[in-house]
Amino acid sequence: METTKKERMLTGNKAMAEAIAQEMEKNPEVFVLGEDVGKYGGIFGSTEGLLGKFGPDRVMDTPISETAFIGAAIGAAAEGMRPIAELMFVDFHGVCMDQIYNHMAKIPYMSGGNVKLPMVLTTAVGGGYNDAAQHSQTLYSSFAHLPGMKVVAPTTPYDIKGMMTSAIRDDNPVVFMFHKSLQGLGWMDLIEASVGHVPEESYTVPLGKAKVMREGKDVTIVGIQMMTVYALEAANKLAKEGIDAEVIDLRSLVPLDRETIIHSVQKTHNLLVVDEDYRSYGMTAEVSAVVAEEALYDLEHPIKRLAIPDVPIPYSRPMENYVIPNADAIYKQVKAMISE
Amino acid sequence: MEIPKEKLIWMYETMVKSRYFEEQMEQAYMEGKAPAFNIGAGPVPGEMHLSNGQEPAAVGICAHLTDDDTVTSPHRPHHHAIAKGVDLKKMTAEIFGKVTGLGKGKGGHMHLFDPSVKFSCGGIVGAGIPHAVGAVLTAKKRGTDDVAVAFIGEGAANSGAFHESLNLAALWNLPLIVVVEDNKYGISVTKESSTAVESNDLRAPAYGIAGEKVKDNDPMAMYEASKRAVERTRAGEGPAIIEIETYRYLGHFQGDPELYRPEGEADSLREKDPIIRLKNYMLEQNLYTEEELTEREETVKNEVDQAFEFARNSADPAPEDALQDVFAE
Ligand SMILES: Cc1ncc(C[n+]2csc(CCOP(=O)(O)OP(=O)(O)O)c2C)c(N)n1
Ligand SMILES: [Mg+2]
Repeated sequence: METTKKERMLTGNKAMAEAIAQEMEKNPEVFVLGEDVGKYGGIFGSTEGLLGKFGPDRVMDTPISETAFIGAAIGAAAEGMRPIAELMFVDFHGVCMDQIYNHMAKIPYMSGGNVKLPMVLTTAVGGGYNDAAQHSQTLYSSFAHLPGMKVVAPTTPYDIKGMMTSAIRDDNPVVFMFHKSLQGLGWMDLIEASVGHVPEESYTVPLGKAKVMREGKDVTIVGIQMMTVYALEAANKLAKEGIDAEVIDLRSLVPLDRETIIHSVQKTHNLLVVDEDYRSYGMTAEVSAVVAEEALYDLEHPIKRLAIPDVPIPYSRPMENYVIPNADAIYKQVKAMISE
Repeated sequence: MEIPKEKLIWMYETMVKSRYFEEQMEQAYMEGKAPAFNIGAGPVPGEMHLSNGQEPAAVGICAHLTDDDTVTSPHRPHHHAIAKGVDLKKMTAEIFGKVTGLGKGKGGHMHLFDPSVKFSCGGIVGAGIPHAVGAVLTAKKRGTDDVAVAFIGEGAANSGAFHESLNLAALWNLPLIVVVEDNKYGISVTKESSTAVESNDLRAPAYGIAGEKVKDNDPMAMYEASKRAVERTRAGEGPAIIEIETYRYLGHFQGDPELYRPEGEADSLREKDPIIRLKNYMLEQNLYTEEELTEREETVKNEVDQAFEFARNSADPAPEDALQDVFAE
């Protein structure tokens, strides 16, 4: 007789903390530092339970001194430690970006490969809950633009755990962006996508590989994090009207999995790129350029993109809803482009 | 130091107004967030950092400022804004995200700008201090005697911006006062686990400037320390740091489970409430009667009620308004 074992479900934040805990158990040189990562367990739950397991020497609350503690993570990584430094909101990169892009991202290269920085910079991204212009950005492309660091942004709890494990083991600096809405926190709008099956044992998901979340033949929708979630929602609605959308979750901005994108467009002949980041000079432009370079003649309709229309994120709800792409906007855009 | 009666009553009324404002905001914020708390729901969504208990810092120094003096404030700004005389209706409307708000609904509670009384605040810890430096650099270039006050939390005193700005202000001899509100916590991180010195006024000698400590959230002691600092700095004698030991009654933000905080801590702080202490002082000194104070309390509370009514009755911005105001016309 066959029995189906009940799958263990975890929220995004617990998946992330579990990956960190398992690597900390294996490797005494992995440690965590950042604001409110100890008793609070990370404002977005990314380090939940770690202080209790590993104590304050390995889970270190820091002062509000991002330049100093991120710089210290770089210095420790250069010594061979594997620090995980948390920048509470990605928006705060402004106070410490020198350490990130002039040092973390460049030292391995400038040393001719003689210095390795096996560190992870975790940071919360995303809006949609009216936290206004300084606490709602994703800034995916601001980081992805600068060479020398891997930049990943997983969507599902399964990928969050597997990619966190890969990030810690990677010998390169990895910027690990987690979306607030995908952490599954009790005090935010609880969305289904923030809970999913996560195996207990340690496993890895490779960095630099996109995932086809839904196969389809009529149009390719490329997204990341919440935009993937919304693309899937739109795809279900489109399916009822006979439009079969393929949804690609990029998961990783650097390295970018060009092949999966091109392969999909060669099949569907249509491309919509959706981003919760500013439109100009961003991910939507990069993905569009890749397709224009490699698969232009496979396209049936001009490429379309949806992104934040080059304005800071406004506070008030009607305005924020207007600037951040959602399932309805994706649905409408696909309908419009297919009927063009 | 004898504090003039009109200053005492102004401080009292302003503290009552600020406290009542926060209490009303606490309630409005919870609308639409029950039974399940959801930060993005209700008429006032997003993060909400309230200042209940921290009023003495704001009124003690703003009692010495004019509309031409500058105040910058951090993510917990309401008490500073009210003490600086920011338009209460427009401020409330901004927090409700309305088109009649200070920033037409674009800024929200952490991003209030009222140039008419030279007030601003922001959500990045430490960021307001250099803006205050710039305001008084302007005063110096233009030959006015305006001063600037940068309010920060004790957590912000460990940011690079704090140290860079104080060095600059001291170097250029600018009339800047940094008021450090020590409420013991930066979110969950206690002062002793974030700060290498016991008190931030001890950092003043590092910049060759004046430093003073105000103990036990005392509005009158804050008034006196501020008077010395403002008079000195206005007279061109350089910047100052004042650190005030203050109380955070509520969570870091509304919805904070506060698991890091000893049980009953906030309650024991409330027993030493500075508003009640100031009231008792004025009654003991026979400056006002109970009835007179009650009447004044009613007046300022009424003002707050009207501001909330104005905010609630104002229109939402149109969605496309989001595209306006990126650049000056
Ligand atoms: C540069 C920066 N780092 C971190 C944060 C997140 N943050 C917001 S408020 C806060 C604590 C501030 O503590 P304190 O300065 O003592 O002010 P309080 O909240 O106690 O009023 C932190 C860490 C931020 N807004 N900006
Ligand atoms: Mg504090």
